[in-house]
Order: sequence, then structure tokens, then C-alpha cells
Amino acid sequence: MQALVIVAHGSHLNPESSAPTYAHADTIRESGAFDEVREAFWKEEPSFRDALRTVESEAVFVVPLFISEGYFTEEVIPRELRLDDWEPELWDSDGTSASQATLYAEDVDKTIHYCGPVGTHDAMSDVIVKRAETVTGDPDVGEGFGLAVVGHGTERNENSAKAIEYHADRIRATGRFDEVKALYMDEEPEVDDVTDYFESEDVVVVPLFVADGYHTQEDIPEDMGLTDDYREGWDTPAEVDGHRIWYAGAVGTEEFMADVILERAAEAGADVRDALEKVREATGGVPASGD
Amino acid sequence: MAATEAGLAPDQFEDLVDAVTEGPVEFDGLTVGYEDDGYVFEVPDLHREHLSVEELERVAAANAEWVTNWHFWTVVVGGEGTARRDFLRWLEAADEHTVQARYDAMEADGIHHEWGELLVTVELGEVGYRRYELRHVDDSEADPADLTVHDEPRDLRDLSKYDDRGRYRPLKTAPSLVDGWMLRDLTSGELKEALGFVYPATVENWHREHEGTLDVSHWRETAERQTGIYDVVDELPREAVEWVTEAACVDSQCLKRREWQYDEDDHLDTPGGDGTFPCREPCSLVVAAARKWTKLEEEAERTYEFELTPSEKEQLEAIVDAVADGRTDEIREADVYEGANRYRARYLRAKRFDEDGRLCGVPTEE
Repeated sequence: MQALVIVAHGSHLNPESSAPTYAHADTIRESGAFDEVREAFWKEEPSFRDALRTVESEAVFVVPLFISEGYFTEEVIPRELRLDDWEPELWDSDGTSASQATLYAEDVDKTIHYCGPVGTHDAMSDVIVKRAETVTGDPDVGEGFGLAVVGHGTERNENSAKAIEYHADRIRATGRFDEVKALYMDEEPEVDDVTDYFESEDVVVVPLFVADGYHTQEDIPEDMGLTDDYREGWDTPAEVDGHRIWYAGAVGTEEFMADVILERAAEAGADVRDALEKVREATGGVPASGD
Repeated sequence: MAATEAGLAPDQFEDLVDAVTEGPVEFDGLTVGYEDDGYVFEVPDLHREHLSVEELERVAAANAEWVTNWHFWTVVVGGEGTARRDFLRWLEAADEHTVQARYDAMEADGIHHEWGELLVTVELGEVGYRRYELRHVDDSEADPADLTVHDEPRDLRDLSKYDDRGRYRPLKTAPSLVDGWMLRDLTSGELKEALGFVYPATVENWHREHEGTLDVSHWRETAERQTGIYDVVDELPREAVEWVTEAACVDSQCLKRREWQYDEDDHLDTPGGDGTFPCREPCSLVVAAARKWTKLEEEAERTYEFELTPSEKEQLEAIVDAVADGRTDEIREADVYEGANRYRARYLRAKRFDEDGRLCGVPTEE
């Protein structure tokens, strides 16, 4: 028996914060890839602390629905799951290359395959592009368009920006968009000045966030000048300083994210081959880059 | 044929014969074995031996309840030693009552148990399969026609997300689950899934408590484990932890029974509550609130001077009380005899607050 536990942040205040986690878990449940699929949250229940005891399988694949490696993936999640032998070196990561580490959780007597976060998986670049296709309604979007990948950014953790940069570089290298930039909320270059960074008239803005909430639905649209008051909404595309801004909302709500979660588990040794096909059909996904 | 008519499905009998080839079956009063000269079938008050397989099938069909009971627990439920199995056995008090008594009860009115605000009913389905029904305890007497029927355990995830005023419920075990719905004909697996959505991990921690292996993390240990913005909570004074539990961890606020103390040898005075399932450590909501209280407790006390009439002082007390107990909505619009009545509060504000919202015009900082 094998179980999948998707660990995410959740919220005490915003009921929508956990919605993508549940949605992707449901997609994977329906694929039948795992005997058990559970969600666990830092701010909701089941808590990280109690999550592993809610599955009966001896092998558990834990996939963090987080954007970057850092405080949560390296410290909070392993500590709360009681992965006593964990140390970040086990991932042997440069900040974006964590794959998995096999550990033992004593309180539940189970083997835990602790995977890298979904946000740094290569397939995430495809999700960002898919998001651009969805928001423009054009499956071939790229030529004549700029793409802004937006991250939270923080001075406290360099990996936070690395994840954003990583995907921006990967997408730029495909040559699909005329320009690709990594922008941030809390550090330079800032998303507030999005139009300063693009020559293209049309710019797709994709926030690399797990869920839609305060930042993606209030802060960023107002900061970019899409609207004066988020409660009044905004146009897509919206005219800002002579550019058309196509704002996509949180990338984590894209259905194809379920594929990325499965890819993470598959890399850690989960037997999910048949399910990957099913989930790709259900989410309209494409095989991950490099397949 | 005979087997099916008598309430035993052919595959259930085949499963029994297969099991007996591995060794004698002994379960809940049923014994079936094979000896050199044929099968042996035994239930209380009945012992048959030297049976051919055809004879065994007839005897099994005539005593179908014992066989279907074995089949349900062994083949359908399985999971020896798991929380799931322990919980399902507890639901029908399987270790205390005979198969006959349980089948009679399940057939008559079902066996009922409360789990937080949920009412779980076990009913007998065809050929011994159990079927489970879930509804709110407040709807225990409700006519099913008056309830919204749902099919999917997952529907409960959405139903339990908001209270009856549409507000988000961040604490799943808050006693504010909406009523007016039911799920019926659930399999044992679906029941477990549904409970996991409404009250996550409660079955597992209850099971551990049952087994004597509940791992309780007390306040000090939990607080000291925190890092990042929660690192400060271990500085909250001992006395304030008492107030935390009084504020958040009592039956009126949470259905879990608090098992954690300040420390293993240092118990809190606040009663742990009467909930069915245990709380094994301060939850994230309590830790987040404690962070705020830790910061607030760092402030030094100071003396303010206010001019209030005795009734105005009592009114302030009544307002705090009403808000703390969540009673503001119950206070009638025109009931000016209630201190927390909105008009009374507005009058007090008009009279005693200055233009900056300061009580009696007294500055907070000088």
C-alpha cells in the first residue's frame, strides 16, 4: 500500500487558501494512483503533526504544495512530521533541485519519502505557460507577448527568489515569449513597475503562488495598477501605461498542478504510471519537460 | 441458491471455505475448521462436525449471521490493529454484544453514537454488510424528508467549512457544525473518509488513547518547539496559559477533550472538557493566538482614571461577557435592559468616547 500526503500552508482566515490543495488531491484520488490520499496543513486540520497517522499505508509520499525550498520545506514540515533524521543536506539541493529523501517516522512506524516542493519541479514551467494560455484563451500565446513570473520574494530566504528565477530562465530559453522577466512583491525588480520592464505591448502576469488570496487578489492587482480597489475587480486584459496586462491569478489553482504533484511522487519511487496518464487526460496536461 | 436466500452470498461462503483451508476460523463466537473426516461448524448452542462441503454450506446458510459477521470484519473491514477497525468495532460495541444482539439492534433501529456533533448510525445492509448514516446530532429526530441528502463523503468537507452564518470555521472541532443534511448508505470506508473531512485525525487519536499510546505534547514542549514568528510563545507566563485554555479550549469553543497540560507534572486548572476524542497538543489556532497574547503580556500595566456611573461600569462588563460568549446576536434589538444591546452601546459611545474613540477622552499613551 502507498499513500500520498499533500502538505500545504492553509489559513485561519481565508477559506480559499486550502481550495487548490483539496482540488488537486481530489483529482489524484480519482486517478486511483494511491491507496490513500490526504491533505495536511500548517494552519488547518489535519495538522502536519497528526497527518501521518491518518494513513494506513507503510510507504508514504509527502509532497509539499509550496513554491520554494526554504523555511517550511527544510524546517517546519520535517520537524512537525517528526522526521527525526532529516537534514537539508539529504536533498543535496542548490535551492531549486530538491527531489526526495527517504526517512523513517518513528511515531507512526512508516517509511516517508519526503519530496521537494512542487514549485521547483521542472513541470512547473509548463504550468506557468499553461496559465498564460488559459488567461489569454490562446493555446499558442507567445509571439508578441511578454511574460512576467511573479514571486513573493523576501530578503530572509534567497531560495524564495531562486524558484521564480529558475522558471523564468527555463521559459525564456524556449524562446516562446518575446520577453520573460522574474518580478517580486517584496524585492527588486518589483511587480508594481511591471510595465517598466517590458517592451511588448501585451504582458501576461503569472503569480507563482499556491492559492488565490490576499496577495494575488488584492495586493498585486492594485500594485500593478489594474484597479484602484480590488473589490471592484479589473479587466483582463487591463490597460496600464500603454500595455495590455493579462493577469492570471495564482498558478497553483491551475488543474495541471495535480500532474506536478504526481511527478514529484513518481520521482520518489511511487508507482503512479497509469495514474499519470489519467490525470493528464483529466487536467489537459502535457508530459513534463524533459520526458 | 440456499445460501443466497438465507442471507449469505455465495462468495462469502467461498471466502469462508478458502479461509478454513489456511487454518481454523474463530471469530466473535463462530468456529469453523476442517478435520480429517470433514468440516466442523460451531456457534453458541450449536456444534456440527463430519460435514461435507455441501452440508457445511447448508449449516452456514442456516446460521448466516455468524458467517456474514465474520466475512464483514475479516474480508471487508480487515485492518487488524488499525484505528479504522477499532472505531468500527466500537460503533457497534462488537466486543460487548453477541452477533445476534448486534444484528437485531442494527436491523431494528440501527445503533447510534455521537462523534462530536455528528450522529453515526450503523444499520444492517444485505448479507451482513453494514451501512452507515451520518447527520447532525440536532437532527437526530428529524424526518429524512426534511434533510438535504448528500451522497459523497467529500460533500461534508464543504458543508463543514462554514457555520450557519456563512462564516469560515478555521477550527474543525468548533461546536458550530451546520445541521439540516444527511449522508446515508455509506460503506465503512466512506464513513471513515467522511469523519476525516469533518473531524480530521480524531479517530486515530481516539484509537491511540484507547490503546494507551496517545502521545500528548504539553504546552511547554509544544511552545519550545516553535520557530520563526512563533518562537516567542514559550515566553507566555504560566498564568496566561491558564487563560489561553479558558478562552479557547473549553467545551463551548472546541469539542476535543484537552489532554495536554502546562507540563507533564504541572497541570492546568481549566477542565479539559467532556469531548469523545482527545486533544493531544495545542493546535495551530491556539499557538497563533498565544503569539498575540505573548506580545500583549509584555506590556506593563498602568493606571487609568475614568469617570463612569456604576451602571456604565457594569455595562462594559456585560459587553465583554456577551462578545466572549458569542451572544451579541441573541440580544434583541430593543432590549435596552441588556448592557450589550447595540443602542445601549451606541449611547455609551456617544456619551463617553471622544472624537478619537478614547474612553472618557483618556489617552492610551502619554
